[in-house]
Amino acid sequence: MKTCFAPTIWKILGLSLLNLAIFASPALADEKKKKAKVKETSETTPQMNVTLAKVMKNGFITCGVSQGLPGFSNPDAKNNWTGIDVDYCRALAAAVFNDTTKVKFIPTSAKDRFTALQSGEVDLLSRNTTWTLSRDTSLGFDFVGVVYYDGQGFMVNKNLKVTSAKQLDGATVCVTTGTTSELNLADYFQTQNMKYKLVAFENNDETIKAYDSGRCDVITTDQSGLYSVRTKLKNPKDHMVLPEVITKEPLGPAVRHGDHQWADIARWTLFVLLEAEEMNITQANVDQVMKTTKNPAVKRLLGVNETLGGKLGLSKTWAYQVIRGVGNYGELFEKNLGMKSPLKILRGLNSLWNNGGLHYSMPVR
Amino acid sequence: MNPFARLIYHEKTRPITIQCVCLVAFLVVTATLVYNAGVNLKEQGVASGFGFLFERSGFSINQMPISYTEDSSYFRAFLVGLLNSIIVSFLGIIIATVLGFFIAICRLSSNFLLSKLAMIYVEILRNLPLLLQIFFWYFVILAALPSVRESYELFDTFYLNNRGINIPRLVSEPASGLVLLSVVLMILGLFGYHKYINYHHMQTGKRLAIWPAYLVSGLLFLCILWLRDFPYSFEVPKLGGFNFEGGLVLYPEFLALLFSLSLYTAAFIAEIVRAGILAVPKGQVEAAKSLGLSHGVTLTKVVIPQAMRVIVPPLTSQYLNLTKNSSLAAAIGYPELVSVFAGTVLNQTGQAVEVIALVMSVYLTLSLSLSAIMNLYNKKIQLTER
Amino acid sequence: MSKTFTKLGDWLKTNLFSSYANSFVSLVLILLVIWTLPPLLNWLLFSADFAGNTKEACDSGGACWVFIKVRLSQFIYGFYPTSELWRVNLSLIIVALGIFGSLSGKMGPKSWWLIITSTGIPLFVWLFLTGSLFGLTLVETSSWGGLLVTLVISFVGIAFSLPLGIILALARRSSMPVLKVLSTIFIESWRGVPLITVLFMSSVMFPIFLPEGWQIDKLLRALLGVLFFASAYMAEVIRGGLQAIPKGQYEASDALAMSYWQKQRFIILPQALKHVIPGIVNNFIALFKDTTLVSIIGMYDLLGIAKSAQSDPEWLGYTTEGYVFAGFVFWIFCFLMSRYSLSLEKDLTKNTH
Repeated sequence: MKTCFAPTIWKILGLSLLNLAIFASPALADEKKKKAKVKETSETTPQMNVTLAKVMKNGFITCGVSQGLPGFSNPDAKNNWTGIDVDYCRALAAAVFNDTTKVKFIPTSAKDRFTALQSGEVDLLSRNTTWTLSRDTSLGFDFVGVVYYDGQGFMVNKNLKVTSAKQLDGATVCVTTGTTSELNLADYFQTQNMKYKLVAFENNDETIKAYDSGRCDVITTDQSGLYSVRTKLKNPKDHMVLPEVITKEPLGPAVRHGDHQWADIARWTLFVLLEAEEMNITQANVDQVMKTTKNPAVKRLLGVNETLGGKLGLSKTWAYQVIRGVGNYGELFEKNLGMKSPLKILRGLNSLWNNGGLHYSMPVR
Repeated sequence: MNPFARLIYHEKTRPITIQCVCLVAFLVVTATLVYNAGVNLKEQGVASGFGFLFERSGFSINQMPISYTEDSSYFRAFLVGLLNSIIVSFLGIIIATVLGFFIAICRLSSNFLLSKLAMIYVEILRNLPLLLQIFFWYFVILAALPSVRESYELFDTFYLNNRGINIPRLVSEPASGLVLLSVVLMILGLFGYHKYINYHHMQTGKRLAIWPAYLVSGLLFLCILWLRDFPYSFEVPKLGGFNFEGGLVLYPEFLALLFSLSLYTAAFIAEIVRAGILAVPKGQVEAAKSLGLSHGVTLTKVVIPQAMRVIVPPLTSQYLNLTKNSSLAAAIGYPELVSVFAGTVLNQTGQAVEVIALVMSVYLTLSLSLSAIMNLYNKKIQLTER
Repeated sequence: MSKTFTKLGDWLKTNLFSSYANSFVSLVLILLVIWTLPPLLNWLLFSADFAGNTKEACDSGGACWVFIKVRLSQFIYGFYPTSELWRVNLSLIIVALGIFGSLSGKMGPKSWWLIITSTGIPLFVWLFLTGSLFGLTLVETSSWGGLLVTLVISFVGIAFSLPLGIILALARRSSMPVLKVLSTIFIESWRGVPLITVLFMSSVMFPIFLPEGWQIDKLLRALLGVLFFASAYMAEVIRGGLQAIPKGQYEASDALAMSYWQKQRFIILPQALKHVIPGIVNNFIALFKDTTLVSIIGMYDLLGIAKSAQSDPEWLGYTTEGYVFAGFVFWIFCFLMSRYSLSLEKDLTKNTH
């Protein structure tokens, strides 16, 4: 027997086991430390407030985002992420770490996103997700607010000569599976007493590709999504969004149910963005406002004399960090979705309450 | 020897020690995992249990072998997914087997060009990832077909476009019951006649002709059809507002999956069959020839039965692979088990553990039963030693 | 001259036109080749675009390889930081050297090389690429991608699945019932489920089963999923080899008073493994191809990155090129592996008879 294969095997075996041990050891060492830490905190805070501790320990937030939806969360060719959902995560990182880069974006499909949040794979889901009752309850989440008020719409190729969703009887519809769009679609066609053929994909890109290649007559998702889809088509000008908005789609970030501290941080970071716009504090002028302001509400927000941040388990200047890090809600909107972006979406419902919109920050005090 | 050393080194106690350690380790690991999952899910208030199966699903599925609407339950969606998996696997297995045997024979052919082309087929197809092939079929080949209005057509009844193949559907009228009954009876009769021929052959050594029986049953069938006034009609697809209405549609998702699964697996089956045929010693063929057996009889009675002994076990595992690979449909939206149940349903209910457990147990049952059969066969053909 | 012609004629006659049926088949096939090959080659090469850096350069109607050229570094390295690419290149060279060194032996793999390649190198490469060694810049595995991810998963999977498979196979054939049952359960449950559900479990569900705060890198989790899956298949191949060893071999080694491990190491496994080398290599190839499934769980392996590049608004409509390129790369690797297994098989059969 010249092939000396087998003696080798034992050496390989031994060394592989050793290897596995080495691979695993950093993880295990971490665990020990972490366990110790969790025990420490558990004496002072309720057992369930673990996310902030975990985030602090890791030094970054893991944020579940979409796999590519321009305007909301979209990676470019260099894997730099842009979009309002992404910027919200950065705002959160600014609140916690005073550093907008301390966030790791995990792309999730519409289908996998909830499992990823449940399991703790991500600390927060900021993925144009509609706030619904069952997601809030039986899926085990807490929605912390609304980043974008949306509604579901339809887009068709202009050469079909369709002008209203009511003419879609018998059409083939492309949709991304695991979304509220899929369910609303069924409801809408049922109430209109129309028939449709469904083609459902797991991945947004595949839905778009299938629609673009003519597999379907119609593509449906949230209206904002449709505008963003249009930028990914071969001939965007050949397609039009139909006027009907068939549902309410409040899109917002979600966290795991039960960790109230983390939910509070996420919620109030969102409110800070809105409050800052209402108070006309921008990324550019925040430093100056902080120095010169006489308004007690502004002072409170920026942590000049009060420590609201401490109540959240954050630093005194957390809100200031957020605004300086990413700007206010209006700035984020214009940059990612509004006139400064390729999507050119009007503020509409997404204006502040005092401008005829729906965004209303609870008082930060 | 001290008792501890004895546990490890003594010839009798050592196996027991090892086994105890393994068992305990296994139990501890399993228990920890289950416990953690329980704690983690409870903390977040995620629903648990299988009660969700009977709630309204609310979503639609594009290919339904059984009736299903948005008002059906999740369990019904599960059944639809399962049936779709079975349909595509079953058809895939048949096509792959036929094609695989055909290519194997081509590869063994004396025609240089034929055998080389068969070789090229095998080498290309089996060395490319299946997922890539599925994408290629779906996004490159089928997506390049013309739109509905510009479909390729055949006799105004068959249409091919980028939304699939539209073919007529056989519609049976109430009067067709008797026809169906007569067909069943005829098949039984033919089966009996075959048995009788074999029996007669064994008894007398003479073989009766089979064709008169087929002729008679064929004529009989036509007569009954005529008597019952042809109780069948074809529903031909017609161009409606957006799509073809009526008839039967084979969707591109289904076609892409079916083609890629069967072409991919056929490449492997071809290799298995070729190896099987080559494994039959040359002497067997020569012996058969010297006995004066014809080419056909040599193949069917000498070569194939021996080759099958080598072919069947790996063939079974290819079938198994094909069935499991059908789950890749999730990538192109064919509504089979993984995509419908572990996809849409999981997402809506959020009960990942229950859903995945159910899906895995379906596949496990399927493969365990297949591999049980295979193991039985394996035992039967294993080398028996003194 | 005429001699070569007659030779050619003879060859044609025996290989293509030996009978009427054969001639007919040959003619049809020749037509088929003439009909398909030139347009295909034309699209792939002759009228394809290679020059330029933008979409506008692609106007000749053939394949647009400019798309691949522009994206090439992404296809190979994913989003690995440009300044650190030398680490990837160095790792690739080391791995290639290791593989080449261990396979260059005439009589099958060389033992010491193999040991280093399958244990030391994966460890080194992992630490080197993540940067947790030598004080290098830390590179998160989430920014790895392209061919790099494909190779890391398949290389580590291949290196570890063989030893794991051997342990499982031995346990399944052992005389200790508990070990036998446990390894049977392990093997059959991994073999019984589709890889895609395994990957789904490992990527998004796995943390549910861990205690609060534990975490394992996502790439590592996917890798473990692929590894366990592959080792269950490997175990069955090796079990096949073990079954083929005649009883006499066991009896003889028992008669020499060898211990269990001596027996396996010097007598049983060398023969068993040799029997099933083709099966083992086939498993390696299958593992390599299976790595593409990680693209479904949102990781950017070669196929995943080719797919995502196609939906870049600037480069819409070059789907075919992306898939053809990815397919070409996969094919080369798989084909080389299968050729190696063939040649090894030949050498081994030559030397035993």
